[in-house]
Amino acid sequence: MVYHTDVDCLRIVRIKKTKAEGSRARTLAFDDENCRKAIPGQFVMVWIPGLDEIPMSISCSPSNEVSITVEKVGQATEALCELKRDDQIGIRGPFGNGFSIAEKGCVLIAGGGTGLIPLAFLGEKLIEFPVKTTFLAGAKTKDQLLFQDRIKSLTRTSETKMVVTTDDGSCGLKCVVTEPVKKLLAKKRFDMIYTCGPEPMMHKMFLLSEQHNLPLQASLERFMRCSVGMCGSCMVGGFRVCQDGPVFTREQLHSVEIEFGHSKLDLDGRNTKI
Amino acid sequence: MGRELNVELAGLRLANPTMLAAGILGMTSLSLRRVAEAGAGAVVTKSVGLKPRRGYMNPTLVKTDCGYLNAMGLPNPGIGYFEREIREAKTIGCPIIVSVYGFSVEEFVEVAKRASQVGADALELNFSCPHVEKTGSEIGQDPRLLKTIAKAVKKEVDSPVFAKLTPDVASIIECARAAEQGGADAITAINTVRAMAINAETTKPILGNQFGGLSGPALKNIALRCVFEIYRETKLPIIGCGGISRWRDAVEFMLAGAAAVQVGTAISSIGLEVFRSINDGIEAYLATKGFDSVREIVGLSHRC
Repeated sequence: MVYHTDVDCLRIVRIKKTKAEGSRARTLAFDDENCRKAIPGQFVMVWIPGLDEIPMSISCSPSNEVSITVEKVGQATEALCELKRDDQIGIRGPFGNGFSIAEKGCVLIAGGGTGLIPLAFLGEKLIEFPVKTTFLAGAKTKDQLLFQDRIKSLTRTSETKMVVTTDDGSCGLKCVVTEPVKKLLAKKRFDMIYTCGPEPMMHKMFLLSEQHNLPLQASLERFMRCSVGMCGSCMVGGFRVCQDGPVFTREQLHSVEIEFGHSKLDLDGRNTKI
Repeated sequence: MGRELNVELAGLRLANPTMLAAGILGMTSLSLRRVAEAGAGAVVTKSVGLKPRRGYMNPTLVKTDCGYLNAMGLPNPGIGYFEREIREAKTIGCPIIVSVYGFSVEEFVEVAKRASQVGADALELNFSCPHVEKTGSEIGQDPRLLKTIAKAVKKEVDSPVFAKLTPDVASIIECARAAEQGGADAITAINTVRAMAINAETTKPILGNQFGGLSGPALKNIALRCVFEIYRETKLPIIGCGGISRWRDAVEFMLAGAAAVQVGTAISSIGLEVFRSINDGIEAYLATKGFDSVREIVGLSHRC
């Protein structure tokens, strides 16, 4: 496989529009030709000039609007959330493989927190195909639940069912998102499971897929530096999350079971507990 | 075709002359294993020091017109942790060379000793990282200090010792001679060139550390000149490094005098397949030219 393209060149883009997503996140829309070709699950490196560069999941709406959604978790994400229309950021990417799209059958999507960012984009792609989707969206609280509007609109235009869970019960079912998944898998067979969210949650999803012998794709997160497969900062086993992932199949995750769900490389290269 | 690709390098036997360059992957034994499986003749680890380092803030890498610019900042887990990775990498099927850096003679010696004790097949002394103060190229630009460190390490370890040199000097020949006098067993030439990138739209330097090292195709002809000069002026085997991505690059470095070549940046543009692709190309070249072994072409351009 040859990766050599201009996607890894740094481009400066201006913020076209911003939108609050619940209490802690913002969506920043901008224009970029390479990002319009993005596949759900791919990511971009976002440069906040003079501060930092961080990996962010990329979305492209059916109307070709490119955006990232940022939750405030540290200095760089806080700075991004402060940005206004016409402010400049740098973009490299999209990088990584992205989800492989199921073109028919019954699909289960389960995500939590910011894991819903690539999954909402995925849900919007799937409606182009004759797919029956069950979309489970979870968060800690109602005001941290992302994209209720986008996911709800899928249920109106396609054969998509939506289940919402919150840890505190402020919206939908009061449980973690994997609880309704367990019940669904006990009575129904799915042709593909997609998941993204906190790693312990994805690990539960992985174990469920093993138990029911169902195909799974999970999108992983690691510290990233180069994002072009060179520096080795994002290794999980022998995989480079930036180039071989970030989306991995059940079989691939099985081969790195010692690390997946348990530990990750810290910035100094030491394996640390998740 | 059946042409011989195996080479001998300061006592190490390599199945082919391609090696993974330091700093590329190489932070874990599993990443080294992956590179070995991809066909590299030997692997060099990320540079390891006495204590863990988290490296610089991003951006740590930016693409330029003719390569990449990086300032990772020597992130590494420290030798105490890395000993286990070296031990685990002993079964990957090719020699493992541990890249060592230090902020003093004593640090170089201690890290080298411990790496050697747990099974490093050779050590590559990082006299050339261009973006961390008080080590790397700041040492490599001082031939006397370079010689002192090489000598001190050689005194304490039995494994072969390579000196990786910086091109950011008035005379790389002087540095190579200093390494030779210090008892180094081979020279790796060259590391990245100190450089920077500024973005016009935002008016800001891009790298978190402002300064970094330039790698990739931009380096090739500088590196080739360095290898040629060192081959002419010293007796040490040379490992060519800098902008090698195709078999033709590798062959040119060997004609200039390199006994083996290291590949780094090309892993991003070509993928891990780059090792097999270079080796296949070298083998075809040898067949076309009527050579039996890749060893026959080392330094050949000096005899014209």
